[in-house]
Amino acid sequence: MVVSEQKPFEEILRMTEGEKKIFIVGCNGCAEASGTGGKAQVAEMKSRLEQEGKKTITGTTSVDFLCDKGLVKARLARRAAQISEADALLVMTCGIGVQATAAVVAKPVHPACDTISLGGSRGEWQGSERCRECGECLLDYTGGLCPLTVCTKGLINGPCGGAKNGMCEFQPKTKECGWQLIYERLKKLGRLDKMRTILEPKDFSKMEVPETIKSTIKWAVEQREEEAAAK
Amino acid sequence: MKLSEAFKSGKFVVTSEIGPPKGVDIATMLEEAELLGGRVDGINITDQQSSVMRLGSLAVCKLLKDKGIEPVFQVTCRDRNRIALQSDLLSAHVFGIENVLCLTGDYVSLGDHPQARPVFDLDSISLLQAAVKLRDGKDLAGNELQGTPDFCLGAVVAPAADPVEPQIIKMEKKVAAGAEFFQTQAVYEPAKFEQFMKQVKNLGVSVMLGIVLLKSAGMARFMNKNVAGVHVPDSLIDEMDKAEDRVKKSIEIGARLIKEMRDMCQGVHIMPIGWEKHVPALLDAAEL
Repeated sequence: MVVSEQKPFEEILRMTEGEKKIFIVGCNGCAEASGTGGKAQVAEMKSRLEQEGKKTITGTTSVDFLCDKGLVKARLARRAAQISEADALLVMTCGIGVQATAAVVAKPVHPACDTISLGGSRGEWQGSERCRECGECLLDYTGGLCPLTVCTKGLINGPCGGAKNGMCEFQPKTKECGWQLIYERLKKLGRLDKMRTILEPKDFSKMEVPETIKSTIKWAVEQREEEAAAK
Repeated sequence: MKLSEAFKSGKFVVTSEIGPPKGVDIATMLEEAELLGGRVDGINITDQQSSVMRLGSLAVCKLLKDKGIEPVFQVTCRDRNRIALQSDLLSAHVFGIENVLCLTGDYVSLGDHPQARPVFDLDSISLLQAAVKLRDGKDLAGNELQGTPDFCLGAVVAPAADPVEPQIIKMEKKVAAGAEFFQTQAVYEPAKFEQFMKQVKNLGVSVMLGIVLLKSAGMARFMNKNVAGVHVPDSLIDEMDKAEDRVKKSIEIGARLIKEMRDMCQGVHIMPIGWEKHVPALLDAAEL
C-alpha cells in the first residue's frame, strides 16, 4: 500500500494562493487507507478551505484508484463543468495520483499530500517510475511532473545546460529533457511563476520511512499483508 | 583578486580555462597556465570536465595561486554531496582561492566512468546558496563556522539555447541565490546575444561572453549536432570550410565575434579546448 501524509494546511493555503475556486479530488484506494484522501478527508478539506481559506469549492469527487490514469480521465470527464469552473485542482493522494490527474486535466494541480512510501507499488499507472516517495512532494512547483523522476539528475530548480533539441544529455535519442516538459506544461498553464520559485535543498532523510510510521499498527498490518501475499 | 573587483573597476574582464590532466604529469598544464596567466584576469580550472576523471580542480587552483595566477575554482554537483561541497569551499578559502564558479555538472554517462553513482544532492542554485551561507558564517544546516570564508561567486548560462526562456528563469534564480557574474556557453550569433543581453539587463550582473575557437568546419557541425546550447551559423561554417589557413581563420572569426559583442557585455571567457597556444594571438587580434 502507498502511505501518504497530508501536508500542513498552511502549505495547502500557500499553494492555492491567489486561487478562489478549487475542485477537490480524493482517492478511495491507499489514500483512504492512509486517512489522507478518502471521502471523509475530502469533506473535511472542503469545509476547511471554505471556512479558513475563503475558497469556493466547485465540486469534489473520489476515484477508486487515482493512480489509474485511464480511470481518472473517465471519471473527471463527468465533472468537466465543475473542473472547468475551478482555478485549480487539489489532489488528495500519492504522487502517482497527482501526476495522473495533472496528465488528464489542463488546470494547475496541487498535491495535498506527501508520499512517504509506495510500499513497492507503482500504482495502476505503470510503465515508468513516477514517484520517488520523497516525503516532501514538489509537484505543485513543477506542473504535476515529478522533477526527481523526469529529470535524469533529479534537479529541482530548473534545467541544467545539457539538453539539446529538448532531449536529455543522458540518452539524447530517446529521453526527453524533463525540465523541458515541466517548462512547457507550466507555460501552458500560465504558471511559470512556480518555476521561478527557489526550492531549498531536499531533505533526503525523508526518503526513509519515519520510525513514527513504522511503529504504527497500520504499518505492521500492512507489512504482514505483504508478507502473506508474497507466500 | 576577486573578479567582482575587476568588474567594479569598469575593466573588460578576460578569463580563460584549462583542464587538469588525467594523471599527475602537470608540466604541460602549468606551461599552458603560464602562457595564459599574464594575459587574463583569471583562469577557470574545470572540475572533471565532461565527467572524465582527472586531477582535481582544487589542487590545480592552489598550484596556480602559488604561481601568482588568479584561479576560478569550478565546482560541480555531480560528484559530491552537500557535506563534501561545503568542505571543499572551506578548503578553497584557506588556499586563498577567491573565485568560485558553481555548476550542475554533466551527467556521469558522458565521461569515462559511466558506471559511477551520480550525486546531485545539491544543484547549481543550492550550491550558490551554500556558498553564500558559508560567507555569512554558517553552514547549510545553520551551524556556526569558526571563521568565515569569502568568495566571488559565478555561474553559467547558455544564451543560444532553444528555447532560451528556461535558461533565463534559471539565471534569475542563480542571481537571487548569490551569483555575481556569469560566463556563457559559446556564442556565435551577435544578434542572438544582443537579444539575450536585453532580456537579462535588469538582473544587474556581469556577463562574460563565451568564446570557443572553431578549429574546423567539422567541429562546428559536430557542435551544432551534439553540444547543448551552441549554434554555429552556416555562414561561419562556410568561412571555415573555405579557409586555407584554419588557425588564422579561426582566430579571425573569434576576434571578430569578441569585437562585435564586447560592448554588449562586461567580459569574455575563452574556452580554448586544446588550443591554449592560440589564445594570446586571439587576444591580440581582439585588441584585448
